[in-house]
Amino acid sequence: MIEGRNISKKFGDHQVLKRVSCSFEKGKTNLIIGQSGSGKTVLMKCLVGLFEVDEGMVVYDDRNFTQMNFEARKKLRQEIGMLFQGGALFDSMNVEQNVMFPLNMFTSRPEDEKLDRVNFVLNRVNLENVNKLMPSELSGGMRKRVAIARAIAMNPQYLFCDEPNSGLDPQTSGVIDHLIQEITQEYNITTIVNTHDMNSVLSIGDSVVFIYQGEFWWQGDKSTILHTDNQKLNDFVFGTELTSRLKK
Amino acid sequence: MFAPNTLINSYGSGKSTIKLNSLPDDWLACQTRIRNLMILKRQFSGIWYFSKKHYMLKVFSNIGNYVMLMQKVFSRPQKRQIFWKQLIHEINSLGLESLGIVAFISVFMGAVVAIQTAYNIDSPLIPMSMVGFTTRQSVILEFSPTVISLILAGKVGSRIASEIGTMRVTEQIDALEIMGVNSANYLIFPKITASVLINPVLIVFSMWLGILGGWFAMSASGLVSTNDFIEGIRIDFEGYTIFYALTKTVFFAFIISSISGFFGYMTNGGALEVGQASTKAVVFSSITIILFNLVLTQLLLT
Repeated sequence: MIEGRNISKKFGDHQVLKRVSCSFEKGKTNLIIGQSGSGKTVLMKCLVGLFEVDEGMVVYDDRNFTQMNFEARKKLRQEIGMLFQGGALFDSMNVEQNVMFPLNMFTSRPEDEKLDRVNFVLNRVNLENVNKLMPSELSGGMRKRVAIARAIAMNPQYLFCDEPNSGLDPQTSGVIDHLIQEITQEYNITTIVNTHDMNSVLSIGDSVVFIYQGEFWWQGDKSTILHTDNQKLNDFVFGTELTSRLKK
Repeated sequence: MFAPNTLINSYGSGKSTIKLNSLPDDWLACQTRIRNLMILKRQFSGIWYFSKKHYMLKVFSNIGNYVMLMQKVFSRPQKRQIFWKQLIHEINSLGLESLGIVAFISVFMGAVVAIQTAYNIDSPLIPMSMVGFTTRQSVILEFSPTVISLILAGKVGSRIASEIGTMRVTEQIDALEIMGVNSANYLIFPKITASVLINPVLIVFSMWLGILGGWFAMSASGLVSTNDFIEGIRIDFEGYTIFYALTKTVFFAFIISSISGFFGYMTNGGALEVGQASTKAVVFSSITIILFNLVLTQLLLT
């Protein structure tokens, strides 16, 4: 379980997060939703420690991440996997080297064992015969899947996904969403997905946190989100033609 | 209240450089314009003062960030085996891939120094062996360590800054941090180590080629005989000059790789900012090399 308690974050004079408190449960796909600029990416970066919080704390299963020193954080981060918006694959390495990178860095397993693990996670994300391809030779969806494979290579306890569907067609988005959900349930990990895609919310949103203008606004799940009387959330959820028709 | 047009007309001879038509008809409007100009002038001086203050703050902030980054860079590599692999890769990409340009510039630089010296020796009292001597001294003391380092600041510096900058804007550095890797150490330390190790080799190579270029130019032009040139090369040779040149080179190699690494690592934004970081890396590395050249020359040769 990951908890954010009263998190505030400011950039210059601009207050991006205002005392946000929320919790993300284990074995569930937890979604953070909100409009562009609402502060959801900043919240996620605060949770993983890429941004230092100005106030409040982040707790990973009763471990206070905010107060940890550099070494303790480094150790905890080996339990974290993250899927970035663009995949963030290392351009100078091929697919196999990308997925093997965390294994090379943090384990002393023999080479063939590491290769077995790489092939296993690549198969898990439904990728075959791509080991020797460079990231520039992959499609957007394949890049995301390789990034997921790299994120799960070390058997993480926590998986963060920053807008996993951005730049993908609806069908590929669905494949990525279900892959994230399957992995979450299969390995019983805490997954946090940052999105503004309503398809994702309705298909994999076991728990949904709505952020509005840097403030925690609503928390529920995919079944309650369509029936809420929260005006701001309704404006966000039913803001598109498709979802407004769905409501009607 | 009087109209300025009337006043100027009374003195006007028709050859005035001020066109009367350009003056406003209304004197009040003229006053307003002058007042606006005064305000504008005050604002500009304010902006200048502010930008100067802001610039100084930025300089000190950058120096502070640079020192803090170097603290992160100079820590024990997480996996020694990976560090050695990267070091070999960087020695190849930063050093060996620069051999061509270093060779080309060194040969021509040595040739030009020799030709200029030969043409400027007018007095029959000065032996022609001085051409070899001057070429050797110029190439070893200044041209190879400083000029080649400036060339490397352009080639290697822009490469380092753009490579790390691109990794920053495409979140590859964030990915490293999330995995628990000390990204500054992982990315910059092998580059600094490789530069410090390989640049002296490049400079020794450059010295040899510079002198060879000088000899070739003299032989081809017939200005100085081979015997005179070689005799000049051997006159009063002190091994300390090589030590001096290589010490400077090590400092310059550190400056190039660390400053370029810093600007790349601190990139924030997109492709435009990567380009800007690359330019800044070359400019600031070159300026720092020139400044340190003066300081090191003073320290090592006095």
